[in-house]
Amino acid sequence: MTDENKDFDGRRWHDMGGLVAGDVPRADHDFALWEKRVDALMIICSSKGHFTVDGLRRVLEDMPPASFEEMSYYERWIMSIAQNLVEDGVITNAELGRRITQVEGRGLTYGEAAHE
Amino acid sequence: MPHDHHEHLSPSGHPFRADNDVPLTYWQAMEIAVRELLIEKGVTTAAEIAAQIDTMDARTPSNGAAVVARFWTDPAFRDAMRADASVATRAMGYDIGPMKLIAVESTADLHNIVVCTLCSCYPRNLLGLPPDWYKSRAYRARTVREPRSVLAEFGVVLPASTQVRVHDSTADMRYIVIPARPAGTQDWTQDALAALVTRDSMIGTGLAKSPEALA
Repeated sequence: MTDENKDFDGRRWHDMGGLVAGDVPRADHDFALWEKRVDALMIICSSKGHFTVDGLRRVLEDMPPASFEEMSYYERWIMSIAQNLVEDGVITNAELGRRITQVEGRGLTYGEAAHE
Repeated sequence: MPHDHHEHLSPSGHPFRADNDVPLTYWQAMEIAVRELLIEKGVTTAAEIAAQIDTMDARTPSNGAAVVARFWTDPAFRDAMRADASVATRAMGYDIGPMKLIAVESTADLHNIVVCTLCSCYPRNLLGLPPDWYKSRAYRARTVREPRSVLAEFGVVLPASTQVRVHDSTADMRYIVIPARPAGTQDWTQDALAALVTRDSMIGTGLAKSPEALA
């Protein structure tokens, strides 16, 4: 048992029900196209059996606690989707890394990078 | 992720939606990369992704409002919803898929509120995608600890005699609140009643509008 584990109370970071927290933030935003696409990829890939919502959540919950504050909702989702697709053998880390580099080289905006 | 775009208002006075003309982020590049690879490998097509987005965009709280208004007025449908809300809403064209849907009925004596403490589970088939606050740490943490304080932040102050019941969703089980039917609506049509049913009233952070509030 490591020092980090000795204070573990059986609750992981995502299990936040019942904890003390501040006011509920009421600002809302409409979803951007890229966020809707992430959501659509989750629905499509899970409906075709590449992974399940449990697989999505496993990767989300294994992220460091700071991810919840530092990354947006669909940023966490695309990271989890990519990891699940690698685990299922649909894509490899190497080809994903190469493609991200290519995409980033296409332009400075989402529209340019997506060829739209 | 540009969450700070609210100070830039469009000519109509609304914030511009974060869209294609913002600086590319690493995670957006990953979305493009994953999507392109999936299309090249034949897992999906651009048309299938676009169709899925259209399906999602078509899901709005008006779906849930139609269910609530029918629940209030149609005794056979009410019985069907109490027996199996997944089946009853599927028959209306709002398929929840393999998940289980439970309708919880609020009255003057009992107020229901829904949360997902572990994640963001939500009855998308009836309400669309969840609002940002539903996914926030504060809502997830506090709703099961001090629901009346959370309700007060949303402007819902209930008498002490009203019981508050909190429902924690799971990946496989979703809840929709059937808000109490407002007084003075006895002879209203389903369509007229549906206009009283807000998104928040079906999550439990609001009440159905009164006829006076609609006027």
